[in-house]
Amino acid sequence: MRSYFGRKLVIYALTFFLAVTIDWMIPRFMPGNPVQVMLARYGLRADAAQAMLSYYTQAFGLDLPVWQQYLNFWKALFHGDLGISMYLFPTPVIDVIKNAVPYDILLLLPAILLSWFAGNRFGAFAARSKILDNSVLPVGYLLTATPYMWLALLLGWALGIVLGIFPIAGAYDFSLRPAFTWRFISSVLSHWFLPFASLFLVQFGGWAIGMRNMIIYELEADYSHYLEALGAPHRLIRRYAFNNAILPQVTGLALQLGVIVAGALATEIVFSYPGIGYLILQAIQNQDYFLLQGCFLFIIIGVLIANFLIDVAYVLVDPRTRMGMQGETA
Amino acid sequence: MITSKNEFLYFTLRNTKLKVGLVVIVFFLLLTFIGPLLTDYAPMAYVGPGAHPPSAEHWFGTTTFGQDVYTQFVYGLKATFQVGLIGGGLGTLLGLLIGFTAGFRGGIIDEFLNVVTNIVLVLPTLAVLLIIAAYLQVRGVMTESIFIGLTSWPWAARAIRAQTFSLRTRDFVDLARLNGMRPLKIIFTEIAPNMMSYLFMTFILQFGGAILNAATLDFIGLGPTTGISLGLMMNNAVLWSALHLGMWWWFVPPGVAIMMIVGALYIMNVGLDEVFNPKLREI
Repeated sequence: MRSYFGRKLVIYALTFFLAVTIDWMIPRFMPGNPVQVMLARYGLRADAAQAMLSYYTQAFGLDLPVWQQYLNFWKALFHGDLGISMYLFPTPVIDVIKNAVPYDILLLLPAILLSWFAGNRFGAFAARSKILDNSVLPVGYLLTATPYMWLALLLGWALGIVLGIFPIAGAYDFSLRPAFTWRFISSVLSHWFLPFASLFLVQFGGWAIGMRNMIIYELEADYSHYLEALGAPHRLIRRYAFNNAILPQVTGLALQLGVIVAGALATEIVFSYPGIGYLILQAIQNQDYFLLQGCFLFIIIGVLIANFLIDVAYVLVDPRTRMGMQGETA
Repeated sequence: MITSKNEFLYFTLRNTKLKVGLVVIVFFLLLTFIGPLLTDYAPMAYVGPGAHPPSAEHWFGTTTFGQDVYTQFVYGLKATFQVGLIGGGLGTLLGLLIGFTAGFRGGIIDEFLNVVTNIVLVLPTLAVLLIIAAYLQVRGVMTESIFIGLTSWPWAARAIRAQTFSLRTRDFVDLARLNGMRPLKIIFTEIAPNMMSYLFMTFILQFGGAILNAATLDFIGLGPTTGISLGLMMNNAVLWSALHLGMWWWFVPPGVAIMMIVGALYIMNVGLDEVFNPKLREI
């Protein structure tokens, strides 16, 4: 077990190192100077622009030797200093992100966990049942093939505009201030529902189908046939099949994380939901590179933590990793 | 007498999932090639009154600015297939190369490639694409496809590595090795043919994945800066409040097309699995 976690941690450390390096490298080696781009937007006089350019170049340390810049980047990173947002000047990027992260957690955590549990249950239930297999599963394929933002658009249009049941913009009513009152909480919940539902549905389809296919593989495995030959009840065989089929689904969750995060970003944009995704859109439209860098780092850190938690969960459900044997992901 | 080829053909023709998937794909492919011939407009040109619902003149209506949605749609389809083919193709190819090498060589090369694969696997693809795309001022469909291909190979590499691993210890591969066959030749003549079906299915999944990836990227506003794509249509629709104005004809068609194409690919994939793997066939 120790070597299993050891390997994983090395991978995560390397990934983090690489991600930070990419994050540092890209604005510096891409064509165009981000400082100049930023200044161009203000439309300053030539001499004023020159003064600003040299000021910002110094302020961001762009005049230092490259290796020094790189070390400084790491140093600042460990002090939680991600620079200052241009678009929300002069708020530090870290504060902008801190305000957005709770919404992401509120949205992603329930959507990921609930869809995973519900999808797996349903997929296992539908496998090899003729009626469900032919009616519900095609819907599952379409769901998992649906771009997140499009389902969000459809739901927003149908339930928000046409039927007018749910609000389609923001995280709570603009006339309210955050408070621990029933009115505020219900407003938050009604704003939360549509983004949650679109994330949930797309993922649900994917998990249900994955589980259905896994169960069919397991039911055709030798041990299932053997149990059948012994006259074991179908429920028992299915339970064993489920226990085996759930392992790849745990690994699958780790593999899917990146896609889910991407989907969440797009969904937030549709509903103007003030999470990281919405910030990224703002950062791109306003060419706020520091904010973009910060968001990127936060996504990486979030995904790495989630990956680690999934690894822990995997050790808990797969005894082979605990016994020192190599599990599937090792 | 039934040869193995005939058997596959027989099960292919009998498989409803495969047939349905194929029909949908062929339909959209035809639309991609014939669709542009049926319209007189250019995709980005302002050709009519703004914000009009579908009519005989403009089949899918017009955007806020009076661009023809049908024209954008059929041109966008082309970009979608392009991204799928190039991005998915590149992803499969890289996965193939890395998976084969790691699985066949083993040892230290395998260890190294495994670490690389795992790192790229953990990195959220879209976040990387995002940061690259944000700094590239001019982007075409081609650039986008290549970046998608470069970041989507890891799971394919992993799956192919596992397959190669299990094949390379089989007797017929040992026999080839004893006969002094070169490693490359063993890969191509002994191992690859046994994985053909698997490779094909990997390509289909990569194809679909690339399309979805591109759609998300375009939607966030990091798609091609020249031309039109289905994701870009949805991006424009949201930016100009098509949702609030109830202009459903602007954002419904591109999503339907993506959903149908990718869904058809996934369904075909399961159908193929049933054709190649007798255990999964429904009796």
